[in-house]
Amino acid sequence: MKESFDVAIVGAGPAGISAACILADSGVKAIVLERGEYPGAKNMSGGVLYGHNLAQILPDYTERNCPIERNIVESRIWYLSKEGGYSIGYRDNIFTTDRKYNAFTVGRAKFDRWFAEQASKKGALIVPSTTVVDLLRDDKGSVIGVVTSREDGEVRAKVTLLANGINSPLAASTSYRAEPKPEEVALAVKEAVELPTELIEQRFGVSSGDGVTIEILGEITGGMDGVAVIYTNRDTLSLSIGANLADLAASKLKPYELIESFKQHPMVAPLIAEGQPREYIAHWLPEGGYDAMPNLYGDGYLIAGDSAMLFNALHREGNNLAMASGKMAAEAIIEALNKGDCSRNGLAGYGERLAESFVIKDMKKYRNFGRFRYQHKEIYNQLPRLASFAAREMLTVNGIGKKQKQKLIMQEIRSKTSLFKLIRLLWRGWRSVK
Amino acid sequence: MKIEDKLFLDRFKVDEESHLKIIDSQKCMKDCPEQPCLYLCPANVYRLEQDHISVNYEGRFPRGGYGISHKFG
Repeated sequence: MKESFDVAIVGAGPAGISAACILADSGVKAIVLERGEYPGAKNMSGGVLYGHNLAQILPDYTERNCPIERNIVESRIWYLSKEGGYSIGYRDNIFTTDRKYNAFTVGRAKFDRWFAEQASKKGALIVPSTTVVDLLRDDKGSVIGVVTSREDGEVRAKVTLLANGINSPLAASTSYRAEPKPEEVALAVKEAVELPTELIEQRFGVSSGDGVTIEILGEITGGMDGVAVIYTNRDTLSLSIGANLADLAASKLKPYELIESFKQHPMVAPLIAEGQPREYIAHWLPEGGYDAMPNLYGDGYLIAGDSAMLFNALHREGNNLAMASGKMAAEAIIEALNKGDCSRNGLAGYGERLAESFVIKDMKKYRNFGRFRYQHKEIYNQLPRLASFAAREMLTVNGIGKKQKQKLIMQEIRSKTSLFKLIRLLWRGWRSVK
Repeated sequence: MKIEDKLFLDRFKVDEESHLKIIDSQKCMKDCPEQPCLYLCPANVYRLEQDHISVNYEGRFPRGGYGISHKFG
């Protein structure tokens, strides 16, 4: 495979394929190398995508039969103790009409495959079952292509785009990105539970084809900094739970035990009753935030998506940061190729585009959010317990007056924490996301 | 549901050679008191035997190694 290309893209996920589409649109000769046996084979199934970002790459994605699972019409947030919890949600009819496909669920194995096919139709070359094991460099250290696991597997390219995710042996061996520290990644496990389509629509109270997402915080992560989600797909529910890797290592809780107890929670169990587990997958999430981002480009290469630590934990936005950064990388590459300068200087348009876009603005806005959560474990144990205690007491009718109940609740809160600490926590939390 | 049953849900295409290898068994037993690999692996690949940690290769995910444990040691 001693061929030469304008661009070699490592990884056929949302970042790599977005770039491939944009490059192919401009007639740039691009090859995408994917270690899975097909694009999506190594991805966590079941995720939320946003129509806005996909339309930037493929304006006609619905006509191209994008494999959409459900159109999201409602987002719920749960705050749970072991025994119960709070639920708030927001549903809006506009998400079924004018803003349909604002957000929708996809199965990544299906979606990535479809997305790669679109790039391939545009003229990009997608090569699966091929692992990139090293980067080719000239004597000045500029990246001039990649080495793959295939025989004679050198692929020369003017520019290399690294879009191979957070868990990358290539990053470790070539150190284009520092290996993430344990506290900079979350380890999540996900299970797909199969249920009849109508039963899902009944249980979530939605019309045919519509769906709901639930984001969950609280005691379910066993006091660790983490989150769980439930996403509705056409005939499965995606259940996922994850926690900070450093917390997991310290707690000795096993990821698969975490998801088992999550499934038994009184708010979760009725939703998945009679369902059949169909898939079990694990994945890393890059949660290091702005301060853990590597140099995003250098001589002959750029980094996009998860690989670049572009991830917004608060708004569950990873896929769209990947797509947006992949697109901007492609635009910067086209610029560099036209100038005939693929050095760090020539590729600087990538940094400029990112900085002006929501990608870096959001990364900066939330740069302290991860640390805030990590340092305030009471969010995951003491507070949900107290919150549940308060609601449980107020809702229990047992002949005790409400004033007396309020007193009891305040006593309980003061015995466990203080008003000062609570206000400080809210203040710090606000500061970390404002 | 046990982890063995969970992993049975996944379609396996086992390579001939494991991508997970323990390079220095002594290091695991002597220099790594916490042995986080025993807890962290979502596929429960690493098992503590009498004098070493074994890699239960076919139990692992067909999706990349979680080569992380040494960082905790």
